[in-house]
Formats: sequence, C-alpha cells, structure tokens
Amino acid sequence: MHIVDGALSAPVLVAGAALTVGGITLGLRQMTLERIPAAGVLSASFFVASLIHVAVGPSSVHLILNGLAGLVLGWTAFPALFVALVLQAVFFGFGGITVLGVNTFNIAMPAVLLGLALRSLIANAAPTMAAVWGALGGGGAIALTTLFVAASLVFSGEAFVPAAKLVFFAHIPVMVIEAAVSAAAILLIKRVKPELFTGAPATAFA
Amino acid sequence: MALVSANPPEIRLSALSTACARLDPRLRVCATLVFAIVMSQLDVLGALALGLAASFALLAASGQPWRPILRRMAAMDGFILFMLVLLPFTTPGTPLFSIWGYGASLEGLWAAVDILITANAVVLMVLVLPGTLEPVTLGHALARLGVPLQLVNLLLFTVRYITVLEGEYQRMRQAMRARAFAMRTNLHTLISLGYLVGMMLVRAQERSERVLQAMKCRGFKGALPLIDAMRWRAADTIWAFGFGALILALIALEAAHVFGA
Repeated sequence: MHIVDGALSAPVLVAGAALTVGGITLGLRQMTLERIPAAGVLSASFFVASLIHVAVGPSSVHLILNGLAGLVLGWTAFPALFVALVLQAVFFGFGGITVLGVNTFNIAMPAVLLGLALRSLIANAAPTMAAVWGALGGGGAIALTTLFVAASLVFSGEAFVPAAKLVFFAHIPVMVIEAAVSAAAILLIKRVKPELFTGAPATAFA
Repeated sequence: MALVSANPPEIRLSALSTACARLDPRLRVCATLVFAIVMSQLDVLGALALGLAASFALLAASGQPWRPILRRMAAMDGFILFMLVLLPFTTPGTPLFSIWGYGASLEGLWAAVDILITANAVVLMVLVLPGTLEPVTLGHALARLGVPLQLVNLLLFTVRYITVLEGEYQRMRQAMRARAFAMRTNLHTLISLGYLVGMMLVRAQERSERVLQAMKCRGFKGALPLIDAMRWRAADTIWAFGFGALILALIALEAAHVFGA
C-alpha cells in the first residue's frame, strides 16, 4: 500500500503533507517527557511487527497493525508511524519521499480515529468483548486506509479508478488478517496487562 | 533486519567514492528532498532520463555495492507493476494496441513510463545518499535541519529499540518453533501471531518503564544531546553547486519543452 513518487498530483501531495504536519504536531503535544521512552519502544515494536509476513495462499502479506497502534498510542501513532515510514523509505526503499505526507496520513489517520472511538470501550470491556472491539479496530483501520489510498489515487487522476478499486478488493484478505491478529493481541493484553488501555495512551506509569 | 550493524561491510574506496562517503549528511537530505520534489513534477522524457542517469551515475560514483541497492529498487518496481500495467488501458487517448478488446492508449503508456522513471530515480537517489548514513546520523542531520527535537528523539529511540525488539521477537518465534508452531494460512496461525504481537507490546511497555527510570536516574530532561560534529567543508560547497546545476538542468529541459512546443 505504499504509493511511490511520481504517481500523485501536486495538490494531493501538498494536502497530504499539510495534514500530516498537523497530525504529527498533535501527536508530539501528547508526547511529554515521561512518555518519550514508551512511545519510542512501542513505535519500534510496531516496526518489528510490520516485518512479520503472513502467507496468503501462494503469496504473502506483511502485518501493518495501524489499528492496534492507534489503540495503544492514540495521537502519538501519527509521529510513530511517520518515523516508521521514513526509516522504511530511506533504508529499505519502500514508498517514496514526496509521498511521505500522503502515506503517513493514509495509515495514521484511520489508526487515530479508531483508537479514539474504541479505546475507552476496550478499557471497560471484559477480555472477550475487548477482543471483538479489537477486531473491529484492526480490520476497520485497514479498510479506512485502503479507502484513503484509493481516494489519493482517484483525486490524482480519473485513470486510476480501476487501480483504486483493485487496491480495495485486493486488501480484503489483509483486513481479515489484521482483524484476527489485533483481536488476539488485545485478548492477551487484557488478560496480562490491562493497564495498557487505561489512562492516557502509551503511559501507564502508575 | 538490523538498522545498526556492528560490522559494516568493507567497501573498497576510490578517490571519488571517498569524496561521496564524506558528503555532509545535511546536504544529502536536502539534495534528495529537492531532487524528489522536482522529479515528481517533471513530464518531459529528456528531463526524466537525465534524472535517472544522474541517480545511476551517483550510485556508480559512490562505490557502494550496487547489487543490494538495485535489488531493493526492483522490489519496489514489483509493488507498483500492477498499477502501471493497468494505466494504458484506463487512460483515454490515442489508441496504440488492444488486448482482448481492451484498447491501450499512448497517453496511458506514457503516464506509466513517467511514474516508473520518477519512482526509480528517486528511490535510487534515496538509497545512495541518505540511505547509506547510519540511522543515528540521519536523525542528527534532521535535527540540525530544524526538524522538531521531540520527533528526532522519537526516531532515535525507535532506531535504538528496533534491534532490541527484533531480538525479542526472534526469541519468541524460536520458543514457538520449539512447540512445533508452523506458519499456515489458517485462524490458528493468526491467533498465535496475535498473542505474539500482544506479548511483544506488553514487554515493550514494561521495558520502556525500566528505560525511563534509568534515564531519569541519569538526569534525562526530555532531549537527547546531539553529539556529533557536522562540519561543512569546501568540498560540500562544490557538491552543492553540482546538485544545483543538476536541478536547474532538469527544470530547463522541462521548461524548454513546455514553452517550445
């Protein structure tokens, strides 16, 4: 789902960059001194999780887990996912440079939205019910991300409409995978360390 | 996938590649940014070809092992292939040829070639210039260029702990293998991976508490000191003029075509 340099029109690139600057600013405002190590270590763990490949028939996809990142990090998911995309673009050549803004927004905004919507529900639910909300968060974030990616393509040119549709349908297996993995992860966290979802995101220093 | 390698591969350096290796990190970041922005807006074949040629020339001059870099470039091409193949058939314009009744247009083919050249030229420039820096140096260069310190701190922490958490991930995978877990396309695999990710997050959170205590003990006040000595040298000025000339040439080629036509 990385869009590369050269595919998007200038207005889409500028809009994506502006929105991402806004999201990062909000995220950094939440990241006080006490939360810097937590944000950094969790950001690293999401980076490592994104290296896990799951087989889908003959092919394989890597985990994204932006929904889970939004649930755990809140707005800090914006700078954390931005950092991950910068590292991937610069050192592995995935994605591009001018599209960093658009790519960050497409992945981080759904994460933050679902995080805001579901975090308190998960904090107050029993483990099994929390897992259901987790599945909704994990699958929903990917569904929204594919819609955002499709929209960025379509706003750049009518010719991308079939490609945009293909992006959405090709990602339905990814939505299922992310929903299942997120649900199981939340089930475990709720049993082992439920404090991760109470209080302000990414802190729990009580 | 270690971002910080304890033993970087030995590279044979000629005079030119030594000069490349000593390029100021700030200049690398700025040159790549400007190059990417200009390339993404070009539409003229001559200009695009010049940009791609410049990227290849820099790869050759840098003396970096070219195999892994080109392999990464090819991996990216694999990702975008399906979109590029679709474009000629979905763009209206002068018909070129048709497959199974679907006509391909010249304009669509041209748009696909445009994206392909831009993406490859930029990825190559990225992997050769900032991509060969140590991640920590990249963070410091970004801070020197005015990126907010908090964001740079987050990047430095992330880089530091990717290696640590990768080790943790590998240990847990080994434990799963010892219990005869094998990846398949089924629900059991997904749930097991979910537990793995959940446990990683729990451990990461607990680790971060220990990290914070240790840092507070050493007087952490919210910012990591930037210990480096980035010094702008005369050679960097010459490189900067070189990049400037390249950018101007790209813009001139584009403008000559647009206003000449």
